[in-house]
Order: sequence, then structure tokens, then C-alpha cells
Amino acid sequence: MRFVDEFRDADKAHALAAKIAALCEPGRSYKFMEVCGGHTHTIYKHGLEDYLPEAITLVHGPGCPVCVIPMGRVDDAMHLASRPDVIMTSFGDMMRVPGSQGSFFDAKAAGTDIRMVYSPLDSLKIARQNPDRQVVFMAIGFETTAPSTAMTMLRAFSEGLTNFSVFCNHVTIIPAIKAILDSPDLRLDGFIGPGHVSTVIGCRPYEFIARDYRKPVVVAGFEPLDILQSIYMLMLQLSSGRSEIENQYSRVVPWDGNVVALKAIGETMELRPYFEWRGLGFISHSALRVREKYAAMDAERLFSVPGVRVADPKACQCGEVLKGVLKPWECKVFGTACTPETPIGTCMVSPEGACAAYYNYGRMNRNRVAEAVVQAARP
Amino acid sequence: MTAGSGWIDEALREHDHSQRPENPAGRPSLPVTDREQQVLDRIDRARRRHPRVREERITMSHGAGGKATHTLIEAVFLDAFRNPLLEPLEDAAELRVPVPGAVPGVAARLALTTDSYVVSPLFFPGGNIGDLAVNGTVNDLSVSGATPLYLTAGFILEEGFPVADLTRVAASMREAAAAAGVHIVTGDTKVVQRGKADGCYVNTAGVGVISRDASFGVAYARPGDAIIVSGPIGDHGITIMLARGELDIEADVVSDTAPLNGLIAALLDAVPGVRAMRDATRGGVATILNEIARAADVGVLVSEDAIPVRDEVRGACELLGIDPMYVACEGRMVAVVPGEDADAAVRALRGHPLGAEAAVIGHVLADQPGIVRLKTSFGGTRIVDLLVGDPLPRIC
Repeated sequence: MRFVDEFRDADKAHALAAKIAALCEPGRSYKFMEVCGGHTHTIYKHGLEDYLPEAITLVHGPGCPVCVIPMGRVDDAMHLASRPDVIMTSFGDMMRVPGSQGSFFDAKAAGTDIRMVYSPLDSLKIARQNPDRQVVFMAIGFETTAPSTAMTMLRAFSEGLTNFSVFCNHVTIIPAIKAILDSPDLRLDGFIGPGHVSTVIGCRPYEFIARDYRKPVVVAGFEPLDILQSIYMLMLQLSSGRSEIENQYSRVVPWDGNVVALKAIGETMELRPYFEWRGLGFISHSALRVREKYAAMDAERLFSVPGVRVADPKACQCGEVLKGVLKPWECKVFGTACTPETPIGTCMVSPEGACAAYYNYGRMNRNRVAEAVVQAARP
Repeated sequence: MTAGSGWIDEALREHDHSQRPENPAGRPSLPVTDREQQVLDRIDRARRRHPRVREERITMSHGAGGKATHTLIEAVFLDAFRNPLLEPLEDAAELRVPVPGAVPGVAARLALTTDSYVVSPLFFPGGNIGDLAVNGTVNDLSVSGATPLYLTAGFILEEGFPVADLTRVAASMREAAAAAGVHIVTGDTKVVQRGKADGCYVNTAGVGVISRDASFGVAYARPGDAIIVSGPIGDHGITIMLARGELDIEADVVSDTAPLNGLIAALLDAVPGVRAMRDATRGGVATILNEIARAADVGVLVSEDAIPVRDEVRGACELLGIDPMYVACEGRMVAVVPGEDADAAVRALRGHPLGAEAAVIGHVLADQPGIVRLKTSFGGTRIVDLLVGDPLPRIC
């Protein structure tokens, strides 16, 4: 299949893997964080770690939109959804995220009107069809999804729709990366930069990472060869003592980002003074809220939400996993009490969450895989 | 939320216990790979425990054919109805019925199965709820090694449902039954108020006779066996999803709904030693592979490159972020055969129009029992687990 198979070519992968291995200095180990959950998913789904030498470890980062939504915000959304005049709309990923009183799916099974949408624009359709109800869109995600929420708001505004609003939980990636760089728990050698976020914000916002922290960043695409090539580019930088921002995903990511998308975000949303991230705590200027001009479309202004901070379950170690301090399987309840069917923490919910990716795709002993392949090949 | 939280404390205790013996100082003392293996073993034990339904209410996941469906069946239905005929949880139960007047001890072997159909939309490219309901039950009997004979048909109709549509459904059922060589011999009709059902639901049950000596079941899979699919996977599921028109995607793909009894007869004539057959409906091929791994306590290794998937289906799956391994088929089966019979089995399947693209997709291993592994086209390895959640509700 065109535009897919050429980015999954096993021969090219073998060649790249050999080049990566050749760049490893004896006795040195390397830790790279893939910031974006989409990368985590690709790494596990294609078994990419099979190509990496033992010296290279991939650390899974915080860039999974539903993983960072704190319990309190889920509870606030449930509070909104439980109003009889409200139809809540949400992306499918969000449906299984547990709040203190269960998930959207649980609420839906109990009769709450929560509808899954593939695009925020679908919410407008529902709003037009139900003029006597208030349609609230559960907006989540990084700069990747914020433009589609913004464009939807602008559309609703120009149509004069009065029964559509947004419960805004959009977050921004740079403060989270900075929080990780400032965290004393973790020593990283470089970053595989988030490709989708960068289509919107471009590559310039990462420059401080190379300049102030002396860490290389390679903005990467989402096919397995993209990621392998990015690791090679990071290794090249390290072996020549450079720390720069490079763009592996230039077929999609413009260096200066998407000006139209940024303008739409800027028109409809502004930075919050602070926002709570699940597991990472409060980070200042790390999330977006609806601007005053569009107050009539701001669910937080239209309806009262409890806004109570709810502590994560004591067994949950998502924070450590999101910061890359713990590997998924090192969490105390991984795979036993916390599984994709009954998740305790958010990292087990989304297919982009590190725990779900490891549980669904990586839960095996890699040392034994090689033997098994040989065994299966025997007649 | 989920009922109670005792299992969380239980898991924490187990974790702490596993850390204690070799770890008095509270520091991990084992190398990473060994610690990881310990965790994998603990998860394996947790997964083998008697399943509990933790939800307080039925969710769509319970109908998806994946993990939640298995849990529900084992924790609710198997517990309530437990008997040796039900316990194998095969697609049909095998009954031994004494034959009056025959030599004592001689019994007829019958297969019995039932299935309900709630597909939405009722009419889709390649078929409708009627032929789906006939073919599905014919296939459940056929993969059990039976020759399907008689079907029942039960209808739950919503007030206001067009009689013309019902007539079309019935006509399709007649044609499908004729094609499969079965008769619909008894039935039932119920009508519920508008809004209490969605148009038309159909239930079919079927009996067949087992005339071959062999017994089939996923529990019979042995290391060295080959795993075969009878054709490209995922056509039905993707057809239904696109037919709903919610996605603004168009593709030239039709449902694969078809009766498999002819294809299966051809396979069994060529390879009497077939271990197991399953039709790959809800939960797709991935679910069957997991059922094999679990029931026979074996490892399964399949190759992504070997699995036939039409380009249209692959393209739609890529766009939607769905794995074709989990997408339903209604006219494809997975067969497990002894390794030395693999070529003969593929030849026999390819000799039948419904099996023209049959292929060996993988093998059964002794290693890592209970786990299904996939060699990806990219050259890496990952596991293929039971499906969690339901990307495609009401597919059949």
C-alpha cells in the first residue's frame, strides 16, 4: 500500500539498525524519550525495540492526551454530562478514562447522554439536531487537536449556534517537556520530538532544549522507519557532540508550524495561569481556556462545575510512568489490578498510553522471541 | 465506578510479597530482565484466575467478542449453567443421542448451536441480516465438524418496521438456506413497542449431524501445528462500518457472508486430521488465536506478512486506527492442522471458490503458552491480545 509500506520496510530497518549499533560507544548507555504517545504506540505495535541495541533505552513521555487528564476534570465533565439538558460529546479515547465515579462508558451504560464523535464538527451537527438541549464537547489534547476545537468554535460562532459549548482541557507540550527536563529523577540523552504537535507549533519552540539543556531533539514521523531514522539522527548528533533541533518529519512538519491553526487557537483560547496534569501535578501556563469573547461557548462559565481536585488512587503510579521514571511493568498494579479492561490509571486507557501499549503489544520476554522464530521456521 | 476495590489491595499485597524474599533492603536486587519476567509471570497468574465481572452494568464491551465478553460468559453463564457439554465453549455443543432400536451404546452425534443478530444497518453491501443469520449458524455448526441440517428462526420486530423489509429479509434467509442445503423448520415472532428495539433482530438456532469420527476443538492444538485462514480477513466488519455512513470514507468492499459447510467438507476430505476450526466473526482472527493459545495452553506465532487482507480493508483500517486482526468476518475460518498436513490443507481450501486465497499464517509453539505473538511486516515482534473495548458495535 502506497505511503505506508515504504515506511515499514524491513530491509531498510535492518540497515539503519546496523548503523545505529555502530554509533554506540562501548560502555555507554543512551536514554531517549519519545515525548508523544503516538510514537509509543508505533514502537510497540511494530516491535521496533527488536532493532535496538541493549545500550539504547526508549523512555515513554507524557504526550498522551487522555493520560494527562486528572481525575478532577473527569469528575467535572461527568457533573456536566449528568445535567438532563446536556448532551456530552467526546472522542472515543476519552470514554474509558476513569474519574472518581467511573468513566464516561459507565455513565453512558447508566443512562447519561454521552455520545462518541470522530470530529468536534460532529458535535455541531448534534447541536443543530437538538435545539432544546445544550451540547458540550469534551475538548482534550495538545496543540494537535486544539485547532480543530478552535475551528469548530469559530464555525458555531459564525452560524450563531447558541446551544454548543466546549469543556476545554487542551494542554500545551512545551511546559511538560520543561517540567521533565527540570525533574531530578531522570537523565535523558535526547528527545524524539512530537511530530503531530509540531505540524502546528513548528520546530522553533524546542530550541531552548538544545540551547539551555544541551539535549538534541529530532522531530519524528509516526511510521516505524521514521522513528528508527530519528534515533539514528540523535545518535549521529551525540557522536559528534552536537545538540540541535532537527526535523526528520519534514514531509509534514514546516519549521515555522501552521500559522492558520495557531491563529485560530489564539483567537478562541488563551493560556490558563496553571492546570493540573495527572501524575505531574500543577504546571503553570500549561493549558488553554476559552477566551472572554467566546464566553457563551465556555462550558465552565455557562454551567457551574465542582472544580475539586481529586487525588489519584493510591495504587496508581501513572505520574512516574508519564515522567519516564518507571517503566510500565515496574508499576505495582500493572497488569494485575490495572488492565486495559479495568484501568486504574490513565496510562492503561488510551492505546497511546505507555502501559496500554506495553500490555497489549509488549508483554513478552524478548529474549525468548528470537528462539521462537527459529523454532517456527523449522519444517 | 467498578464494584468494590478489594482486588487492588490484593494486587498490591502480591506485588509487595514478590519483592520481599530477594529484596530485604527494599532495593531491586535482580537484573532487569528477571524482574520483568517476574512481573510477566504474575500477570499470567492473574489472567488465569477465575474471571470476575467488575462492572455493575452491561456495557457495549460485553458484546464485542473480546475480553469482556469472555469474562461475562465465564463468570455469569458458565457458572450458572455449568455442564460438560457447555464447558469446552466451542461454537456448537456436541450431543450424543441414543438411537431407539439400535445396538445399545450406539448414539447419534448431533451438533447444536444458537446465535442472535442485531446488525446495523439491516441491509449492507453483500448481504443483509437474513443471510447473515442463516450463514452464521450454518458456520457455527460446520466448524464443529457437523453437517448442518435444520434451523429455527426467531424474530423480534419493532412496531412500525416495514413489512416490505421483513419480506426481503425472509427471502434472503430462504436463499441462504437453499445455498447451504438446510431447512428452516420452526420459528417465533415477537413485536415490541416503537423505540424498544431497533427495527428487526433475528435469532437462529441450528442442528447438524456429525458423521465423521474425529472431534475438533481449539484445545487439541499441539506444538508444530500450522494455522491457516481461508481468505482475506476483515471484509464484513469494514463493510458494515462504512455502510453506516458516519465516517465519510468510501471503499469498494462487500461483506464476505457465506456458508462454509462446502469449504469445510473439502478440507476434511483432504485432511481428516484437522485439529480445530473456528469461523472468525466478532473479535476477528486475533480472538481465535487467543482462544487457541488459552484452550490448548500453547504459544502461537503468526506472521503479519502472511495474513491476507484486501488493500481496501487495510486502507480503511489504517485510516481508522483499527487492526484488521480484530475485524469481523462472516465467511472466513481459521483452521489448525498438523504441520505436515499444512500444504494439503491449503491446496484443498484453494480448490474451493470460498478458499481461493487461503494461506498458512503461523504456527503453534510450546514456548510461552497462552501468548499470541506476531512477527510484524516491519520485522519486529509484538503480542496480539484479546480485544478490549468495542470499536465496532452491532457488527452481526
